[in-house]
Amino acid sequence: MSNQQSDLINISEKKDFLVRSSSLKDVRTFSREVFEKLELNQELKDELVLAIAEAAQNIVKHAYKDFPETDDRMVVQISCNNNKLEIAFFDNGKPVEKEKIKHRAIDDIKPGGLGTFFIQEIMDSIVFKEGNKPWINNLVLTKKL
Amino acid sequence: MKFKVSEENNVSTVFLNGEIDMDIADNVRDVIFPLIDAGKEVHLNLKDVQYMDSSGISVIVESNQRAKQKNTKVELKELSQPVEKVLAMAKKFL
Repeated sequence: MSNQQSDLINISEKKDFLVRSSSLKDVRTFSREVFEKLELNQELKDELVLAIAEAAQNIVKHAYKDFPETDDRMVVQISCNNNKLEIAFFDNGKPVEKEKIKHRAIDDIKPGGLGTFFIQEIMDSIVFKEGNKPWINNLVLTKKL
Repeated sequence: MKFKVSEENNVSTVFLNGEIDMDIADNVRDVIFPLIDAGKEVHLNLKDVQYMDSSGISVIVESNQRAKQKNTKVELKELSQPVEKVLAMAKKFL
């Protein structure tokens, strides 16, 4: 099934969430609400929500691994311009070591590794941007719709 | 979150529902692992699971590995469409 979309409205919406696993449902709800406005097909919406949820999970699970009770917040920003979707994540957790961002070996299946694989499967690009103060980590996912 | 479990002979069927993510995964483990450890064959009924991510897949993988160690097995039953799709994607990785 093609995910090709007709011309979409331009949109940019962001929301912040407490960095806890209990926030992941809220991240999905926010994402679904934005994608409803974009009128994406259901299959594509489900894939994008999964990619966003996995990226947010990685922030909780890795960037804040040693701070499960943090009161810090992460920001998710979903933008669509000229049929290019850009999803940005901002957090102030442990700096991401880019060389460690890869999925794991087959016999060591953990959510982080498989989650990163899902993101790679769904999105066109995964970039960690630097110098976006006051944030420490700024992950940007893009996909041409 | 509570999940219904039915028993028949040596088979325990766990009826999962809702959205299985990192926040819920440990609850699911807490239901499934004791059944496996008791030597039960475990069937996971997933027809009412509307969303599952890598955390849910990990629970399934870990359950399978644990069942092998206990000389029993875990089977997936009645997959919902969202679960079927994420499992298909995960199979490329596994």
